[in-house]
Amino acid sequence: MLKIITAVIGRDLKLAMRRQADIVSAMFFFVIVVSLFPLGIGPEPDLLRKLAPGVLWVAALLATMLSLPRLFADDHRDGTLEQLALAPHPLGLVVTGKVIAHWLVSGLPLALIAPVLGIQFDLSSEALVVLTGAILLGTPALSGIGAIGAALTLGLRGGGVLLSLLVLPLYIPVLIFGAGAVDATVSGLGGEGHLSLLAALTFASLGFAPWASAAALKIALE
Amino acid sequence: MLEADNLECVRGERRLFAGLDFKLEGGELLNLQGRNGAGKTSLLRMLIGLLPPEAGEIRWKGKSIKAQGDDYRADLCYLGHLNAIKEELTPLENLLAAAHLADEALSEDDAIDALEQVGLAGREDLACKYLSQGQKRRVALARLVKEKRPLWILDEPFVALDVAAVDWLAGIISGHLQRGGMAVMTTHQQVNIPAGTVRELRLG
Repeated sequence: MLKIITAVIGRDLKLAMRRQADIVSAMFFFVIVVSLFPLGIGPEPDLLRKLAPGVLWVAALLATMLSLPRLFADDHRDGTLEQLALAPHPLGLVVTGKVIAHWLVSGLPLALIAPVLGIQFDLSSEALVVLTGAILLGTPALSGIGAIGAALTLGLRGGGVLLSLLVLPLYIPVLIFGAGAVDATVSGLGGEGHLSLLAALTFASLGFAPWASAAALKIALE
Repeated sequence: MLEADNLECVRGERRLFAGLDFKLEGGELLNLQGRNGAGKTSLLRMLIGLLPPEAGEIRWKGKSIKAQGDDYRADLCYLGHLNAIKEELTPLENLLAAAHLADEALSEDDAIDALEQVGLAGREDLACKYLSQGQKRRVALARLVKEKRPLWILDEPFVALDVAAVDWLAGIISGHLQRGGMAVMTTHQQVNIPAGTVRELRLG
């Protein structure tokens, strides 16, 4: 079971390394969107501190969305998705591998760069640690939920827009608890409760989303 | 071994075929014939389990393929009209990744040997996007060289191949049949498969 997951992760990471432009452009999108806010709002530390969690999280959601349409579309176009579906393993495991690989190239880099961007918003070091932790914990849920949307819109014309409409509402809980964790830390309440809920969302979506996506992919392959 | 029982296929509003039966034993090749749109590819997709038949059942070793799931897929090798190769990867990486995902043991030497056989010697380490259409097809076909799974389903395997490659592929399929394997394929070309029993099935 672990073998197929690692095989898929290995393949997808190798492909991502050959196409680094995709990873880098999502990262730059995140950096630029986040940086526009302090520039637009002006140097008011109190206001910026208040805005920071929401801005960083919304930017992270959008940056994750950028790479979602290609999650299955490339494999679908060149026929490798059929071969993956014909592998002698449940398709849900294959999708689990793809979701993890997607997180490694989209969510993880965001978490690593987020503390640097947080400095622009004058966040305290404690809040920066919670921010990084929240993004680390929450982005796997984004990849998982996103995979369902990507599978449902596979092969549709203009699927990208539909994908955002489907997936962004489902991202709301992650956004609320992710931004809430940082907010609570800034206001001195402590973000542990929010972080545990984020972790719960991530585990639930990683357990459930691959199988839902697999069911949608089977329909797309008929 | 592979049996189809009273299969019916409906695509959209059209019924492509109904009441289709056949039986395929080890060493036999089923060559599907029919005009474009007769349902050849649909039948192949039913046989690999991706398209559920409207009615009827497909059995492998006496048991329904739907009930067998992973066990059936472990016996099955499918080559579609898409090559299923990644443009960014080299032919060697493609071959190894495909074997890895299908849970097959394929050593690097075997993979290089297979690529040499399909005439891609010296191009093992060139990303597939730099290969021609025919060469990409050969990368996809290289999978068959070391393929030990008993049932091959091949959708238009001879398309985009030159004359020498057509003969080579016919030889590979014969070898498979001689080892007691089974194959189902579609083709519009006249191809001479030297060994095994070739049976024809006309759709539409």
